[in-house]
Amino acid sequence: MQRIGVFVCHCGTNIAATVDVKKVVELVRFEPGVVFADDYMYMCSEAGQEKIIAAIKEHDLTGLVICSCSPRMHEKTFRACAEKAGLNPYMVEVANIREQCSWIHKDREEATEKAVILARAAIAKVNLNTPLQEGESPVTKRALIIGGGIAGIQTALDIADAGYEVDIVEREPSIGGRMSQFDKTFPTLDCASCILTPKMVEVNQHPNITLYTYSEVEGVSGYVGNFDVKIRKKARSVDMSACTGCGECQAKCPLGKMGKIPSEFDRGLRTRPAIYMPFAQAVPAVPVIDRENCTYFKTGKCGVCAKICPSKAVNYEQEDEIVTVKYGAIVVATGFDIINLDKFGEYAYNESPDVITSIELERLMNASGPTGGHLERMSDHKQPKDIVFIQCVGSRCDDEKGKPYCSKVCCMYTAKHAMLIKDHWPDTNITVFYIDVRTPGKNFDEFYRRAVEQYHVNYVKGQVGKVIPQPDGSLLVQGVDLLDNKQIMKKTDMVVLAAAVEPNKGVRKIATMLTASIDNNDFLTEAHAKLRPVESPTAGIFLSGMAQGPKDIPETVSQAGAAAVKVVGLLAKDKLKTNPCTAKCDPMFCNGCSTCANVCPYGAITYEDQQVRGPGVNETRRVAVVNNALCQGCGACTSACPSGAMDLQGFSNRQITTEVDSICR
Amino acid sequence: MSMNEEKTEFRPLIVAFCCNWCSYAGADLAGSSRLSYPADVKIIRVPCSGRVNPMFILRAFERGADGVIICGCHPGDCHYSTGNYYARRRMTLLFSMLDYMGVENGRTRVEWCSAAEGVKFSNTMNEFCEKVKSLGKSVRLGDIRCKD
Amino acid sequence: MTKQEIEKKVELIKEISGCDPYKCMKCGKCSGSCPAFNEMDVKPHQFASYIVNGDIESLVSSKSLWKCLTCLACIERCPRSVQPGKLIDAARQLVERERGGDYLHAEDIPELLDDDVPQQLLVSAYRRYRR
Repeated sequence: MQRIGVFVCHCGTNIAATVDVKKVVELVRFEPGVVFADDYMYMCSEAGQEKIIAAIKEHDLTGLVICSCSPRMHEKTFRACAEKAGLNPYMVEVANIREQCSWIHKDREEATEKAVILARAAIAKVNLNTPLQEGESPVTKRALIIGGGIAGIQTALDIADAGYEVDIVEREPSIGGRMSQFDKTFPTLDCASCILTPKMVEVNQHPNITLYTYSEVEGVSGYVGNFDVKIRKKARSVDMSACTGCGECQAKCPLGKMGKIPSEFDRGLRTRPAIYMPFAQAVPAVPVIDRENCTYFKTGKCGVCAKICPSKAVNYEQEDEIVTVKYGAIVVATGFDIINLDKFGEYAYNESPDVITSIELERLMNASGPTGGHLERMSDHKQPKDIVFIQCVGSRCDDEKGKPYCSKVCCMYTAKHAMLIKDHWPDTNITVFYIDVRTPGKNFDEFYRRAVEQYHVNYVKGQVGKVIPQPDGSLLVQGVDLLDNKQIMKKTDMVVLAAAVEPNKGVRKIATMLTASIDNNDFLTEAHAKLRPVESPTAGIFLSGMAQGPKDIPETVSQAGAAAVKVVGLLAKDKLKTNPCTAKCDPMFCNGCSTCANVCPYGAITYEDQQVRGPGVNETRRVAVVNNALCQGCGACTSACPSGAMDLQGFSNRQITTEVDSICR
Repeated sequence: MSMNEEKTEFRPLIVAFCCNWCSYAGADLAGSSRLSYPADVKIIRVPCSGRVNPMFILRAFERGADGVIICGCHPGDCHYSTGNYYARRRMTLLFSMLDYMGVENGRTRVEWCSAAEGVKFSNTMNEFCEKVKSLGKSVRLGDIRCKD
Repeated sequence: MTKQEIEKKVELIKEISGCDPYKCMKCGKCSGSCPAFNEMDVKPHQFASYIVNGDIESLVSSKSLWKCLTCLACIERCPRSVQPGKLIDAARQLVERERGGDYLHAEDIPELLDDDVPQQLLVSAYRRYRR
């Protein structure tokens, strides 16, 4: 039996004016378990707390009920007070007789009666309280960033600058991501590589940052503060420490001249050798051998690169290496790609080389791109005089062909492309077919208006139904001008498609490894759409960049900074205090049905084979186990559990039932 | 409650389950804004509306409650992302069963109330009390497992 | 037409076509695809809004009803699954039904075959009313 002390607060006149405090004290004194009851003017004050501490010691109390204001206000205060007196803080319950009683009721008798009932419910609950210990788990002071695009780079730099060690895992041979493919950035039109490459170099030289390029995450285990991550470092076939990045091997690779391997970085608009760096400013400036295409790996003959390498860095024998590293936090910054356009046959993307995507246009306009920055048609290398841009290709589609969301960046980059082209070649005729022009953002609408007003880009409200390649090499565009209510048949030289963005292909695999949830479109979901936008519901996993949803570079950078702060906030702690009000499974009743794991938003429930012993039972069976470091105590599993094996500590089935009972007495 | 005076009006007994993050805070706001609702409502704090086990509601009706209301965060705002969705589905089923058992649908309700909606909380409680009052005393469910 | 009649017809069009005109985002891809665009008085991208606004009378008396080639281009390309071709086909059905042609026997079909009648109409009418 508990020895409970009840303390009723007057809160000046806030409570005492409508609740007869003395009467409450008298009425609860004889409740089961109560050995002491008292009232005081301000229970939360220093003197009030001392009164409580004295009573705990004098009467050897094992539980406390404080009848006062809302527990949201002072539960912490009273718990700390109990702890001071050597009582477990979770043996304290607060009966809310101010916000939910005295302040809303006028009739003194009625309010007093309700206060007594609320106090009784709290007393009944404390009778069933058990001391709970806040768990502690150590924190590994190292963060992992998955993805080395601008999102990952910025997050890594911010964490590293705060003094913590960071590793970046990047699938490609170089960091830089999508942004390194871009020409200029909106709305200020500064050159993408001019602002990105210094950051890439900084990452490479930062003492706190380790780069794993051409590497992939293979497996993740553990939980917040204590992740074990397996990283596969794919064989580069080039010794990173010996290579000087001179580029001789690339220049001499016989496959380079044959022009058979399309360059991924240039979206297939030019070819690359089998030993290659994706682009000139690659970080690290060490080439890789593409073993699938390399003649040496296919036939065992060639070996030109090894012969020619002045620093003897080429190593055909190199093998994949797997390292396991401990991390405290993981940031997912896996970025995006554009959708496959095979299902949009009407735009003739696969038929005509002159129908290109916007990201290909970025490469065509980039000074380091396949055409040296000179815009030309891929079919006849002539400069296009007339260009049609088609917006929302695959965005805002509700069928299986496209994506239901707005890709957010296309309106702005199309205005950017139109202006850049007009800047270089003012006599180019540009038509943009749009559904809506969406330009929320600082200086964004002004930017778009400039394309219309200053550069006279022809914006047509309507969509293109079909692009028909013509025998003379031009493209016939059939579209509609909805404002004129006229169908347009127009000959043009080049069509640029604003294809929808989508999360990078590998994200589903990574999310599964991390037990981070993803939505119907494979974007990672945030813990709270408004209040916790850079955290995954899974503790210790953070989100940065396009992996979480469509966003432009400024937004990505700010989200990257936000994620970094959250990571630093976690790594700054030596120990993580875990909420002791977590779910607990009683193996006696659990039959391992997995219902609880399915409703758990945090992936906190796993299953293991346990020896179950009890009356008439002695067997090994699969039962649920709750990871206290991951469980947030929502109790979803407890009400889903069909056998009643799951219970929530601090809000147990018996505790809530007894509250119901004492209210309905 | 005294039954001896004949003219005493019927006072229903209402149990409200409020989630800690939204509706319990909404109830606190109703309090600090001094928005009154009948003292018949007694609030039980739960971490999430998804924590409300149907057993609690059955127990309340078994012990003589006249109405039970479950308050949670608005859809999409659940502190634990999905708890309120589970609560909504679970309660829809439970309420139709309760109706079959003689506990009318007016006596049970799921309501979304945010921490900023003190007014909504108080209005909801007033409305719900009136409704339950108009339905009168509820049938008392019996527990056939262990009759005492 | 009274309000109730209009509502009934809107529901009927939705039922026959299986499409929700409210999903239209007015992108105009249908009109940008339509080979009969210039022949039409009410353009394909307007079908949905005529139905949403309850202007069924104008829609069923429009030339477009009979100018649609049922080429299915708009059905294929509509990004919102509104599929104007199905909507206008449903409007056609509405007219057909009112004319009393609400019943079709399989054995009558061969003599009904006429090069001027869109095949699609005949087949779909048979499919829907062969009970």
